[in-house]
Amino acid sequence: MLAAIHAKRKLQLLIGLGLGIVFGFLLQKGGVTNYDVIIGQLLLSDFTVVRIMLSAVLVGTLGVHLLTAMGWARLHPKPGSIGMSVLGGLIFGVGFGLLGYCPGTVAGAVGQGCLDALFGGVVGILLGAWVFAALYPRLEPILTKVDFGELTLPELLKVNRWAVVAAVAVLLVILLVLIDKARL
Amino acid sequence: MDWLRMEQWHPYVVGAGIGLLSWVSFVISDKPLGCSTAFARTGGMIEKLFRGSKVAEKPYYQRFAPVIDWEWMLVVGVIIGAFISARLSGQFEWSWIPSRWQATVGGSRFVRWVVALIGGTIMGFGARWAGGCTSGHGISGTLQLAVSSWLAAASFFVGGIITAMLIFKVLMT
Repeated sequence: MLAAIHAKRKLQLLIGLGLGIVFGFLLQKGGVTNYDVIIGQLLLSDFTVVRIMLSAVLVGTLGVHLLTAMGWARLHPKPGSIGMSVLGGLIFGVGFGLLGYCPGTVAGAVGQGCLDALFGGVVGILLGAWVFAALYPRLEPILTKVDFGELTLPELLKVNRWAVVAAVAVLLVILLVLIDKARL
Repeated sequence: MDWLRMEQWHPYVVGAGIGLLSWVSFVISDKPLGCSTAFARTGGMIEKLFRGSKVAEKPYYQRFAPVIDWEWMLVVGVIIGAFISARLSGQFEWSWIPSRWQATVGGSRFVRWVVALIGGTIMGFGARWAGGCTSGHGISGTLQLAVSSWLAAASFFVGGIITAMLIFKVLMT
């Protein structure tokens, strides 16, 4: 039954829109569509962004792995390499620090009226993604440096998936408690 | 329904909500939440307006076709959802300069626009380089325990923290 729903293209576009509306609503209510909150995180003075992300990952990890075990969901881990994930991540981070929004929260910031997010952020991200698409064939040798494909942590560590799920969950809870205790 | 009009919800309520949203997304759409691919597709769609169907032959657009898809609609939804939330709490307001930027860097719209544009360009480039952003890698990828996503998410913050510290603690003091 689920596969039939996944195959309905127009229905999926509507579902995407609906999920996006909830996502945007949550991001705005969380305060992370504000430049000040995101920059506060990068300056390590306001931990709202990390608290939202870690609690989302905690709930998401437990649920999605359970749903997968029940046959209701399939995982889609992204492929990566040291060249892609680390270098690309650092480049992203430089832009993140300059702009003060990320590709999701920039859309939310536009929704609450931030024109720097629209004319600077959105236009810039479009431009950057377009430049990347143009250079992509030439960048491929760097992107495939130390390629590990769609590797997951349980496969890397060669341990049972549930052991990693439990370890990650415990680690996230400890981090959240420490952040709370430190009143960050 | 006063809670819908609140200015801010507790970070854990928002985080748990996003976590639950990821369950729904995996089950009914078989897709992780993510935002940056939509920007790559839109770039291709705009290029198509100028150069026509030849654009689709570019190797990158063969992987990510320049068309409206599920994730593109998700990003449009984020704009609408944030708008609804901001209107309900009375926070919607047209603005050019964030207050923290104004206090540290100054009140020039042009300077803020140029820096945001340069930052956006570097970020869009980096997001496609890394194959995802703070949502696709940072939340959806890490919860799947993907090695690529844990590395990328850590790198996003390392790069972001260094850059923000350089601007606010070195350049502007």
